[in-house]
Formats: sequence, C-alpha cells, structure tokens
Amino acid sequence: MVKLTKRIGGLVLRLAAFAAALAALIVMVTSRERASFFAISLEAKYTDMAAFKYFVIANAVVSVYSFLVLFLPKESLLWKFVVVLDLVMTMLLTSSLSAALAVAQVGKKGNANAGWLPICGQVPKFCDQITGALIAGFVALVLYVFLLLYSLHYVLDPFLLQKS
Amino acid sequence: MAVSKILLAATSGKSCKILLGLRVLAFLATLSAAIVMGLNKETKTFVVGNVGNAPIKATFTAKFQHTPAFVFFVVANAMVSFHNLLMIALQIFGGKSELTGFRLLSVAILDMLNVTLISAAANAAAFISEVGKNGNKHARWDKICDRFATYCDHGAGALIAAFAGVILMLIISAVSISRLVQPNKCSFPTAASPSVVP
Repeated sequence: MVKLTKRIGGLVLRLAAFAAALAALIVMVTSRERASFFAISLEAKYTDMAAFKYFVIANAVVSVYSFLVLFLPKESLLWKFVVVLDLVMTMLLTSSLSAALAVAQVGKKGNANAGWLPICGQVPKFCDQITGALIAGFVALVLYVFLLLYSLHYVLDPFLLQKS
Repeated sequence: MAVSKILLAATSGKSCKILLGLRVLAFLATLSAAIVMGLNKETKTFVVGNVGNAPIKATFTAKFQHTPAFVFFVVANAMVSFHNLLMIALQIFGGKSELTGFRLLSVAILDMLNVTLISAAANAAAFISEVGKNGNKHARWDKICDRFATYCDHGAGALIAAFAGVILMLIISAVSISRLVQPNKCSFPTAASPSVVP
C-alpha cells in the first residue's frame, strides 16, 4: 500500500513536470509581437535572442524525456539510469532558465553602462509572454528538483529501509 | 602528523582517491573563476566629440558589477568553491561519522544542489557575454568587446574555468550518488575500530 502511493506520487510529479515544461515551451514559442514606431516596423520573436532559443530547446528535451519516463515499468533495471538522467535534466533546466532570465532582465531594465536600452516599453505583450514562459520554466525546475529527490529515495533506498 | 593523515585519506580506496582529486580540481577551477571575474575591470578613455579643434575625452569603466549576471556568477562560484573546500576537509578530517546514512545522503544532496547552482551561474554569464560580444541587431544592443577587449578576454577565461567546474561537479555528483549504493570507508582507520579493507 505504501509502495503504491509512493509510485503514484512519483507518477503525478513527473506528469506535472512534463506539463510545466511543455507549457513553458509552448508559451515561449507563440510569443511574437509586431510594433511600429515612426516609419520603422519591428517584430519581436523568441528567435531574436540565443538564450530564448536555448530555453525552448532545453524545455523540449525535458518534456520528451519526462513523457518517455512516464511509461517506464517499475521492475525495469533502467531506473538507476533514470536517477543520473534526472540530474542531467535538472542541470539543463536551471541553465536554460538562468540564461533566459539574465537576458530578459536586460530586456526589461536595460543596462545603462553598456548603452543597452530596455525593449519592454515597445513590445509589452511579448515581454508578458516571456515572463509567463519563465514562470512555467521555474515551476518545471522546482518539480524536477523534487523528482530528483524522489528518484533517489525510490531507486537507491538511501535510508536502507528495505531488507535485501 | 597532518600530512600522513592526508596521505592515508587519499590512498585508501580507489574511488576515494579519485573523488578527492576531483574535488581539489573543482575547488581550484571555481575559485579561479570567481577571482578572475571578481577582479575584472577595465578603464578606457574615448574621444566623444570635438569642440572646435579640441577633442573632448570621456573615461568609461567596464566593471563586473555593472551586470547582475556576472555578480551572480562571482557569488555562485565562491559558494561552490567553499562547498568543495568543506567536503575536502570533511573527507580528510571527519573520519568518525563516515558511513552513516545521514552523512552520505547529505553529501550527495549538497553535491546535486551545487551542480545546479554552478551550471546556472556559468550559463547565465555565458549568454550575457554572447550578447556583449556579438551585440543584438533586433534589440539594437551594440557589442562592447571591440572597445573593452581586455575585459572580454578576462571574462572569457573566467567562463572557461567555470565550465570546467561544471563538468567536474557533475562527475563528483555522480560519484557521490554511486557511493550511496556501495558505501566504502575513506578515512584513516582508528584504533577502536578494526581496519577495513580498502
């Protein structure tokens, strides 16, 4: 009974992490705004910044991985491999979120010393969608940290609760 | 006395030797990244205009504090190098509580957290440096590396050291997790306990 609730808890966590990563991916990909001032018309897309492209790729990899692990049977020996892969996916998530946050912060506040003006004043809807995608990415990261601790507990049994 | 203790801690058991060596390397890599980026500063005088025949000069400084991503980079690298120092000291001097589940588990979890911290810091600084090096046409952000070449070079060196630290921390974390599965004693055997086979 305890094992069943543990397993269901893990599945629910992974499903939630998959949903969050997928949401971050979709919100960032569909963020696009066209602004025109004077005679110039510029379009802000997520592909303008390398950090946003990396964010999309990283979340795509994490969503595909989570989806595949959802279907792994519990007797499989691959679970030990899943622990290491969970660590790698968490690293991927934090690095992509951190890079996207760093660039978005420059976009919102600018960098007076480098002469970089903020762009959020001209494309506010784009900025809002990027913010939403980053929040979803952060939720996916927190869920993945919990998943990492869960996999460690479920697979490696660190407190040596089961007599082998 | 301390030197013999260090030697015995390093030589008992193969994975212990590897782990200690990796931790020393990671400590040095992240410490050098923090120091190089922390001392990164360049002052340059430019001619910004002409009043009649006399040129007007203005002095500009490029410091790491101007960019929040670099501040996070310095702080995170300092934290990870302190963690590695703590773990080295624990492995050499903390022999008694070596094989308890609490200690092994806390070392593994701390290593995992520090892996995510260092990878986040290194990547944030890397992407900001990419914008500084190549500029961004769409957002109309000019590149700064053509004017502050030394600043960019030092930043690049710190980034390389930090990425070496990322790879080393990932390997260290994997080794710590594997020690959860097969615990083996790493410290100098005391007189009270029988000596263990490494």
